[in-house]
Amino acid sequence: MIITDLIPVLVLPCVLTVLAIFLGEYMAKVFNGERTLLTPLLNSPEQFLYKIFGVNKNDEMSWKTYSWAFIVFNIIGIVALFLLQILQGFLPFNPQKLGPVHWDIALNTAISFVTNTNWQAYSGEQTMSYLTQMMGLTVQNFLSAAVGIAPAIALIRGFARKETSTLGNFWVDLTRSIIYILLPLTLIWSLVFVSQGVVQTLHPQIDALTLEGQKQIISVGPVASQEAIKQLGTNGGGFFNANSSHPFENPTPLTDFMAVLGLLLIPAALPFTFGAMLKNRRQGWAIYASMLMLFIIGVGLIIGTEVQGNPLLEKIGVMGGVNMEGKEVRCGIINSVLFAQSTTATSCGAVNSMHDSLMPLSGLILIFNIAIGEVIFGGVGTGLISMLAYAVLTMFIAGLMIGRTPEFIGKKLESFEMVMSIIIILSPALLLLVLSSIAISTQAGLSSLNNMGSHGLSEILYAYASTAGNNGSAFGGLNAGTLFYTLTTSLAMLVGRFSTVIPALAIAGFLATKKIVPAGIATFPTTGVLFIVMLVSVVVIVGALTFFPVLTLGPFIEHLQIFAGKAF
Amino acid sequence: MKDSVIKLNPVSMMKNPVMGIVEIVTLITSLIVLGDLYSGKSFSYDGQITCWLWFTIIFANFAEALAEGQGRAQAESLKKNRSEAFAKKLHADGSSERIPALQLRKGDIVIVEDGDPVPGDGDVVEGAALIDESAITGESAPVIREAGGDRCGVTGGTRVLSGTIKVKITTNPGETFLDQMIAMVEGAKRQKTPNEKALNILLIGLTVTFIVVVITLKYFAGYMNVIVGISTLIALLVCLMPTTIGGLLPAIGIAGMDRLLRHNFIATSGRAVEAAGDVDVVLMDKTGTITLGNRVATDFLPADESDKKTLVNAALLSSLADETPEGRSIVILAKEQLGVRGRDIRAPEGAIFFPFSADKRMSGINWNGHKIMKGSSAAIHDFVISNNGRVSEKIQKITADVSREGSTPLLVAEDDKVLGVIRLKDVLKEGIKGRISQLGQMGIKSVMITGDNPLTAATIAAEAGIDDFVAEAKPDIKLDLIRKYQSKGHLVAMIGDGTNDAPALAQADVAVAMNAGTQAAREAANIVDLDSNPTKLLDIVEIGKQILITRGSLTTFSVANDVAKYFAIIPAIFVTQYPNLSVLNIMNLSSANSAVLSAVIFNAIIIPMLIPLALRGVRYKPATASTLLRRNLLIYGLGGLVVPFAGIKLIDLIISSLGLV
Amino acid sequence: MLQVKRAVIVFVSFSLLCGLVYPLGITAIAQILFPYQSRGSLLISGNQCIGSELIGQMFTSPKYFHGRPSATDPAYNAGGSAGSNLGPSSAQLLEQVKERIAEMRRENGLSPATPVPADMVLASASGLDPHISMRSAMLQVRRVAGERGLPEAEVELLLRHYVETPLLRMWGQERVNVLRLNMALDTRGNNHTIN
Repeated sequence: MIITDLIPVLVLPCVLTVLAIFLGEYMAKVFNGERTLLTPLLNSPEQFLYKIFGVNKNDEMSWKTYSWAFIVFNIIGIVALFLLQILQGFLPFNPQKLGPVHWDIALNTAISFVTNTNWQAYSGEQTMSYLTQMMGLTVQNFLSAAVGIAPAIALIRGFARKETSTLGNFWVDLTRSIIYILLPLTLIWSLVFVSQGVVQTLHPQIDALTLEGQKQIISVGPVASQEAIKQLGTNGGGFFNANSSHPFENPTPLTDFMAVLGLLLIPAALPFTFGAMLKNRRQGWAIYASMLMLFIIGVGLIIGTEVQGNPLLEKIGVMGGVNMEGKEVRCGIINSVLFAQSTTATSCGAVNSMHDSLMPLSGLILIFNIAIGEVIFGGVGTGLISMLAYAVLTMFIAGLMIGRTPEFIGKKLESFEMVMSIIIILSPALLLLVLSSIAISTQAGLSSLNNMGSHGLSEILYAYASTAGNNGSAFGGLNAGTLFYTLTTSLAMLVGRFSTVIPALAIAGFLATKKIVPAGIATFPTTGVLFIVMLVSVVVIVGALTFFPVLTLGPFIEHLQIFAGKAF
Repeated sequence: MKDSVIKLNPVSMMKNPVMGIVEIVTLITSLIVLGDLYSGKSFSYDGQITCWLWFTIIFANFAEALAEGQGRAQAESLKKNRSEAFAKKLHADGSSERIPALQLRKGDIVIVEDGDPVPGDGDVVEGAALIDESAITGESAPVIREAGGDRCGVTGGTRVLSGTIKVKITTNPGETFLDQMIAMVEGAKRQKTPNEKALNILLIGLTVTFIVVVITLKYFAGYMNVIVGISTLIALLVCLMPTTIGGLLPAIGIAGMDRLLRHNFIATSGRAVEAAGDVDVVLMDKTGTITLGNRVATDFLPADESDKKTLVNAALLSSLADETPEGRSIVILAKEQLGVRGRDIRAPEGAIFFPFSADKRMSGINWNGHKIMKGSSAAIHDFVISNNGRVSEKIQKITADVSREGSTPLLVAEDDKVLGVIRLKDVLKEGIKGRISQLGQMGIKSVMITGDNPLTAATIAAEAGIDDFVAEAKPDIKLDLIRKYQSKGHLVAMIGDGTNDAPALAQADVAVAMNAGTQAAREAANIVDLDSNPTKLLDIVEIGKQILITRGSLTTFSVANDVAKYFAIIPAIFVTQYPNLSVLNIMNLSSANSAVLSAVIFNAIIIPMLIPLALRGVRYKPATASTLLRRNLLIYGLGGLVVPFAGIKLIDLIISSLGLV
Repeated sequence: MLQVKRAVIVFVSFSLLCGLVYPLGITAIAQILFPYQSRGSLLISGNQCIGSELIGQMFTSPKYFHGRPSATDPAYNAGGSAGSNLGPSSAQLLEQVKERIAEMRRENGLSPATPVPADMVLASASGLDPHISMRSAMLQVRRVAGERGLPEAEVELLLRHYVETPLLRMWGQERVNVLRLNMALDTRGNNHTIN
């Protein structure tokens, strides 16, 4: 490896940080209802939408109403997307004449896209009509992102407000997320993508005759528009089966850069929104710095393991043992693992390389990224939520150790906050262990494996980590299309989503009613290096304690065996 | 030790969920051992693990029993005097009857005479008496308690030295402060404090996590062709569970209450003690808390520098009839300056005294036709003018200077002439300055409340290092002040004794009432200071903080320990099937069985080893939060990471050399 | 109930906005601004579409540069993109790679000990990777030149002409588009025979 290969690793965080600060401040203004750059353009459409919805933008909601609106909206989304897939055969924009999607795949997909997971138990170009892709999947790419941002904003308000019972209005937050944030950004991203060769057409597939005279059917479609929101909304559900490794989704290094930047951008900006709305920007920085620190550590480790190469390959004559299996030449090793780290750190799940074929320790890091609860930037909204849950946990311990009943940013942390934070942090983790252990010990689970031995364990583990963490990427060798997997992963996705958002809203509701304790010399400053280090340690330790045994058995043993020259 | 076995009753164990679960899984391993016995298999490994698991539980119970025992002993010794006492209950018709103190009910009135013990907590409704409170407070100097006013409270167990008082009993037996305190140290009746509940939730969360981890591990291992024995899984589970903190948690809370008792505090709720750790504003009365309570003469400032002796003499004579503390302090100072000692001074023959009265605000003497008077500036002014004299400009200047410096000027006059000025100064209590600066270091803002004028108040505040003061305060200002601070999110502590302090005490987050104070004050408060020493608030804050720090530190320690235990047990389980995994056996433990057993033994014996720490509490020194945290993280976090590696290795060496595995 | 009714209205409104207005709007803009790219960067020869310059094709003939192994069924199936998803410890993968290495060495006349560039023997992620590394292309120059009766230097020159560089020299890898290179070879070849 040459040192210049590492330049992207340095450039990305710098560009990301600068853009995230601007976007974070902008989002704070948007959700505070203040005037922004785009207000002159977007205010009247916004008001128009409120009129249609019958929403008064000053109507505040309690946490229960807010949660109820969230739940109802998600249920409608799941039902609508399910029906759309079942009925796509009778509907327009279906040039390939694709039939109805099988019910369990349709259900799995509906839940998957509504929960911002975008786990795909199907092959996009062979299953979904253009109408389903646009009116179903693209729509949910927007909505699932927006309903992820809204509760995060409500949680921020819970911290920022005092002695009130309300958290804002769900419909207003949703509307603003879409028209002020997601649509403008996707417009930019779509056009950049198209300019680089990402297709955007309603034409049916193309029949080509190759240079060697063979028939090649080339799938196309309205890809760029979906690609933009897929990345920006940390959705990750590709138009094509190969996702961002497909040349039509990610044709050039520029699109690759924009894809990585896009999936990190909003989750990275939200801590700054947090700081701005709290009027405590240093706090936003501290959360961001913790996330960035975890991110960089992960990047370092994964580059280390992947660049090392595969000794088994080297032995049989592959130059340097370079592990190019499941990677594209235009991305190479570094940009593939940078993408992999970014997509698992956030809950995006788009991939530009096949994670199943990564080295075992790289896979271990990816599983870890997801399994700790998607807090390294995480999903749009949910990343900040989960990180704040960890912060609550951290400050509980830290508070005790300095001899005060625990508090975080001036809010006292009591039993209720502890219960909810623990639900947010542990329920996806525990569910993934339980479901994996069921899959690993039943024929229904084992029959889907593409690889044997420890790697098979990793495949199953990754599947449930990805769904419970609402990530959506996969060790693609696992056949997720069986009834067993469609149903169990559906459960994981639902639990992953709702056990994050609803407790977060409950915390927000409780915190909002509390006073804000002023900071003094006896309160622990949550903006300093010590806090960042402690938060990062808590995240790593909780993850390590939960997953040490199973990660040892899966990726770690595989690693040891590869380096001992053993294959399966 | 007996208690720790009695506590094994599963019903009572489930009050502490962590240890309750340990007991359940230990019962399972016990059954396995019985099964081994029955089938004649070797039970050495299972048996030893089971044995140590039982020890884990017993050690935890022992910690709790030890703390309870200490607390109970402390409380019982306070209570002893009273239970044997008899009371003379006064009937409505005026007759009295001798009944055991335990039969007294709220509202009963008893007569207590010379030498009688006070039969219960109550208020003096009639009379005054000198009372020996040493049994409760350890303070040998007797105190006066009298009807009316703020010094009417008496406590059961104290003894009347002289005087006869009628006491209205204010609590039923079993409901006295002491009884409440005893209830708080007895595990069975103990209510968990809010913070304990929250911490318990965290511990339950961890426990559930590890249960899931261990159960699922069985299936993952099965897929990898490794069959893990139930005993080993249970050993792993117990090692991972936060048994160290789970076992010591009740003891920490009880020991905290013990420490309070030992400092002669009685807390009526655990919440108050925890809140004490958070207090960031303290309201203090100036008088009695910051200053000695009385102003003291410190200087004589004559009008004519050459005639200081005349002034001192005049001051002495005019103050002989002043029985107020100020008056006596003038006499003492004057004697000192004149070089006379003891009681050599006698009133001159034929002198007529004018004793000090609050409305005249003067005292003096009429001797040989001369009137020598001493009093407030205004009073002497009038007096001199009434004698056709005038106050010289020099005197006016001195008076003004003294006032400006925050002291109180008293003028001494002979007939028409003002001889000079006496400077009266508030004197700080000994050590108060240090204590207030300690409060500052803890991040606690001190606020002084005084009826003095702002100038005087400012002087005292500056001298004592007080952060803020409220001068010319009326009694009801305390309540408003507390509300004001609370609305800004502060936690306010207040010390009070008077009946008019009761509303403010009820409002304060931590309300400390002096034991000598009125019943109203004591009922409104959540902590009663038996010593009636207001500066001891610092101790309460420290104890509160210590309890929390000990909990946090041991939690951190407990969780950090898991890392080493994983490194001991996981390679041990899988190394036979996957020899490569021996790279994880970084402690180089001798065998798989020995590794598991060593981890279990370490997990068990760390509990008794930490009992002294749990009972004593982690040392607390005022410092910034970051410093404290860094220090505790280093000791208990990093220590928790490192210690078990060494400990498990050591145990492994011992048991393998003993041939136990 | 109020929220349910409201939720339906909001859902329908945003479905129309994000599901129709947005993608159709982008399609319209894209067709106007980037007609070539938005339709798939198609390479047309006469009336026949030869393929997309972004989508790799299967080359088996020795006179063409060969692309990467593809795990799709059949190889380079642009209607069903996929990787092999074989793990790094998979014996199946090792078998495949051994065969490909032998094939690669045989075709290009490499000695049995020569290490082979990874991209030529390991399957791409999409199965449609249009690129190979510079090194892999260089290894094929001798064969292609020989088959076509061209001087190696000329083929190499052409090859260098089709090298694509990373974005700003830092994002992505140096690479050669196999389809475009082969098309160029064909064009050059035709010219050659004509002249």
